[in-house]
Amino acid sequence: MTATVIRSTRGSQAVIAIAAALCLVAATLPLWGEPSWMREFVEIACYLIFAMMWNLLAGYGGMVSVGQQAFFGLGGYVMLALGNFGGINPFVAIPLAALVAALASLPVSKLAFRLQGGYFSIGTWVIAEVFRLSIANVAAVGGGSGTSLTALRGISRSTRENTTYWVALACVVASLALVYLFLRSKQGLALQAIRDSEVAAESQGVGVARMKLAVYVVAAFGCGMAGALYFVSNLRISPDAAFGVNWTAFAIFIVMIGGIGRIEGPVIGAVVFWALNKFFSDYGTWYQLGLGLLAILMTLFFREGLGGFVHRRLGFEMLPTRRILQLAPPAAPATASRLTPEVTA
Amino acid sequence: MTETIVQGLLLGGLYCLFSLGLSLMFGVMRLTNIAQGDLIVAGGFAAISIAPLVGGHFVVAGLVLLPLAFAVGYGLQRLVLNRTLGKDPLPSLVVTFGLSIVIQNLLLEVYSASPRSLEAGALSTGSIQLGEELFVGTLPLLILGVALAATLGLQLLFSLTPLGRAFRAVSDDREVAELMGVRSANVYAIATALATALIALAGLFQSLRTTVSPADGPLLLLFAFESVIIGGMGSFWGTFVGAMVLGVSQQVGFRFDPGWGVWFGHLVFLAVLIVRPNGLFPKTKG
Amino acid sequence: MSTNFLQTAGLTARYGDAQALFGIDFHIATGETVAIIGANGAGKSTFLKAITGLVKVAPGALTIDGKPWGGRSPGDIVRQGIALVPEGRRLFPSLTVEENLKMGAYAGRPGPWSLARLYTLFPILEEKRKVPATSLSGGQQQMVAIGRALMSNPRLLLCDEISLGLAPIVIKEIYDALPAIAAEGMSVAVVEQDVMVAQRVSRRLYCFQEGRVSLEGASDGFSREQISQAYFGIQT
Repeated sequence: MTATVIRSTRGSQAVIAIAAALCLVAATLPLWGEPSWMREFVEIACYLIFAMMWNLLAGYGGMVSVGQQAFFGLGGYVMLALGNFGGINPFVAIPLAALVAALASLPVSKLAFRLQGGYFSIGTWVIAEVFRLSIANVAAVGGGSGTSLTALRGISRSTRENTTYWVALACVVASLALVYLFLRSKQGLALQAIRDSEVAAESQGVGVARMKLAVYVVAAFGCGMAGALYFVSNLRISPDAAFGVNWTAFAIFIVMIGGIGRIEGPVIGAVVFWALNKFFSDYGTWYQLGLGLLAILMTLFFREGLGGFVHRRLGFEMLPTRRILQLAPPAAPATASRLTPEVTA
Repeated sequence: MTETIVQGLLLGGLYCLFSLGLSLMFGVMRLTNIAQGDLIVAGGFAAISIAPLVGGHFVVAGLVLLPLAFAVGYGLQRLVLNRTLGKDPLPSLVVTFGLSIVIQNLLLEVYSASPRSLEAGALSTGSIQLGEELFVGTLPLLILGVALAATLGLQLLFSLTPLGRAFRAVSDDREVAELMGVRSANVYAIATALATALIALAGLFQSLRTTVSPADGPLLLLFAFESVIIGGMGSFWGTFVGAMVLGVSQQVGFRFDPGWGVWFGHLVFLAVLIVRPNGLFPKTKG
Repeated sequence: MSTNFLQTAGLTARYGDAQALFGIDFHIATGETVAIIGANGAGKSTFLKAITGLVKVAPGALTIDGKPWGGRSPGDIVRQGIALVPEGRRLFPSLTVEENLKMGAYAGRPGPWSLARLYTLFPILEEKRKVPATSLSGGQQQMVAIGRALMSNPRLLLCDEISLGLAPIVIKEIYDALPAIAAEGMSVAVVEQDVMVAQRVSRRLYCFQEGRVSLEGASDGFSREQISQAYFGIQT
C-alpha cells in the first residue's frame, strides 16, 4: 500500500492565490484610495497581528496570556527611543523593536512560566503592569503622560501615510507567513501534537518546555512589531495606551469570533471586528459590553468560531497546517479523508 | 517604621478579603476568576445602592447584600461557569474575562465613571491608640478582624465539615467524588456562592474604606492574585499571610514615593515567584 | 434461588471516541459473588463504570430490582446500593484515612456499616485514621478504598482489580476478608486479571473479550483451555 502526504488542497491553493491577488490590489491602494482608508487599515492591521499572536499562544501553545500588551508597549517604546534618540528611521526601527521584544521575552518567560493555567494568565498581566509602571517613571519618554514621535517630522504627511500603509501591509503578510510557516514546520507539528496531548507528545520526544518557549518568543516578536507599527502610525505614545489590557481584550474577541486554533481565525475575526467597530463604536459602553457578551456566548456555544463554521461548510481548510496522510488509491485532494478526529464533515 | 508596618497589615486585611474568593474557587475547581476584581467593585456599588434603601447603615446593607451575592454566585456557576470547566483552562478564562468587561461597562453605564464611597458614620473617623504615638483607625481594624474571622471560618469549614470534605474531594478527584454521591455541579455552585459572598463583603469594605469606581476591578484582581500566589496554595492561612506581605510591601513602597506603592508590591510578588515559586506556604503533596 | 437484583441486557457503551462494550448480558443475585475476567482492554472497567453511572448507557440496558436505571447519575446509583472500589484505588490525597471513609458515607444510605465496624474489620486503619490516606502502604490503601465503598452500605460491591500492584500475601489477606464482608447477603463482583484468584473467590464467572462476553458459567466448571480461549480468543 502506498501513501502520500498531502500538505495542501485545491481549495487551500485557491485561497492562497486569491489572497496573493488581494495583496497586489491592496498594495496599489495609495494610488486610488482615500487616506482615511489607509489609516483604518493600519489600525486594524495592528489588532490583527496582535490577535494572530494571541491565537498562536492560546490556540496552539495552550498559554492563555492576558499580558501580551507588555511586548506591544515595549515594541512601541523601543521604536520611539530608536527613532527619537538613536536617529534610526522609525520604519527601520519596527523590526528592530520586534527583535528587542523577542529578546525581552526570554527573561520574562522565566517568571511567567512558573505559573500554570489561569494563574499564568494573571501573572502575565502583572508583568505587563510592571512594564507600564516602570516606563511611567522614565522621564525621558514623558513619564505617565507619554511623548510624541519626533523622528518623522520633516517628512510630508502623504509620504508618511503611504509608507506607513505599505509597511503595515508588509507586516501583516509577514506575520501571516511567519505563523503559517511556523505551524507547518516540524516545530509547528510538534506544537499541535502538544496541544492535542502533552503527555503523548512528551513520550514522542517532543520537548514541551522548549516548544512553549519558542511560541512565547515568536509571539513576543509579533506583538512587538504590532506595537511599533501602531505608534509609528499614531505618532504619540503613553504608558496607558501602550500597555493597556484592552489590546488583549480585543485580541480575545477577534480570535474567539474568528475561531481559535486556526490560522484564518484572527483574519476573519479582525474583519468582523472592523465592521462592528465601524457601525457600533458610537454606542460606547454598550458596544464594549456587547463585545464582552459576544465573546462569552461564542465560547459557551460556538467555540469553533466563524472559521470553523466556514471550514465545515466548505469541507476544506483555507490554510491547512497539518500533513494529511492519504492512502492509495489517491482521490481528489479536496475530498481526501483526514486522519484527524476533529473532522466530522 | 512600626507605623508603616501596622498600616500595611491593616491594608493587608482588605487584600485578604479580596483574595479569599479567588483562592476558594481555584482550590475547589481550578477555576481562575478574572472577573474577581470587577465583582468586588460591583459588590461595593451594590452596597452603596442598597444602603439608602435600608436606612443607611452599612451593617444592614451588608446583611442584605451577602445573601444576594450568595445567590448571584450560585446562579453564575450553575448557569454559566459550570459549562466552562474541564482540562482546558481557556473557556473559563475567556468567559470570566468577558464577564469582567461586561461588569465594567455595566457599572460605567449605571453609576458613571466617578468614584463613590459608602458612609461609615462614626466608624470612619474613630481610632484606637496602640502605642505612644500609634493610632489605628477603627474601620481598618474592623476589616482586619473580619478578614481573620473569614480566613479562620473558611479553614474550619474545609477541615471540619462534610461540605468542606466534599470541596476537597471534588478538587482531588471529581469522578470518584461523584461515585460517592457528591453532585459536583452543586458543590461547585456552593463554592462560587461562598466566594461571591466574600467578594461582596470585600466590596462593601472597599467602598467604606476608600472609594469604588467602575475601572478599579483589574487592579483589585491583581492584588487578590498576588496575595494568593505569595501565600502559596496550601491553605487559606497562606492567602492571609500573602495579603499581609503584599499590604506591608505596598505601604513600604508608598513611604519612599507615593507613586511606587503598587509597583513595589508587584516587584515583591515577582521576587517571591523567583525565590519561592510555590509561595510561602506550598501545598504539601499527600 | 435468589432473585437477580441487578441485570444488564444488551448493554452497549462508548469510552472516549471508541465503542467499548457491544451488548453485555450480565446478572447478579443477592449474596452472590461473581468474577469478571479478561485481558487488558476487554471492557471490564468500562462495564463497571457503566453500571455505576460514570459511563452513560441506555435506560433499559441496566435494571435494578426490575426497574430501568441506565443513564442515571452516579449519585442515584450509589443510593440504590451499588458501590465501586475503583481501579488504582483513587483515594482522595488531601483527605485523611477517616475523611476518605466518611466520604464513602456521603450518600447517607442506612445500613450495618459504620466507622466502628470498619475499624474492627481493618484495625490498622483506626491506628492510621488521622494520616493522609495516600501515605499508607499499597495494601492499607486498598483497605481504605474497600472501606470507603462499604461505608455507602452497598447491596452490591464492585471491585476493580483490587489485587493490582499488591504483594501476594496482601492480596490473600484482602480476599480473605471478602467472605466476612459479604456475610450479610451483600453481592460482590470482582474484576480480576488473575484467573486463579478469580476462580477461587467467586461462584460464577464472566470472561470478557473485546467488549463482549466470551464465556459465562460456574467458576469451577471450566477447563484451563476453555478459559484461555475465552480470554485471548485464540485456539491453544
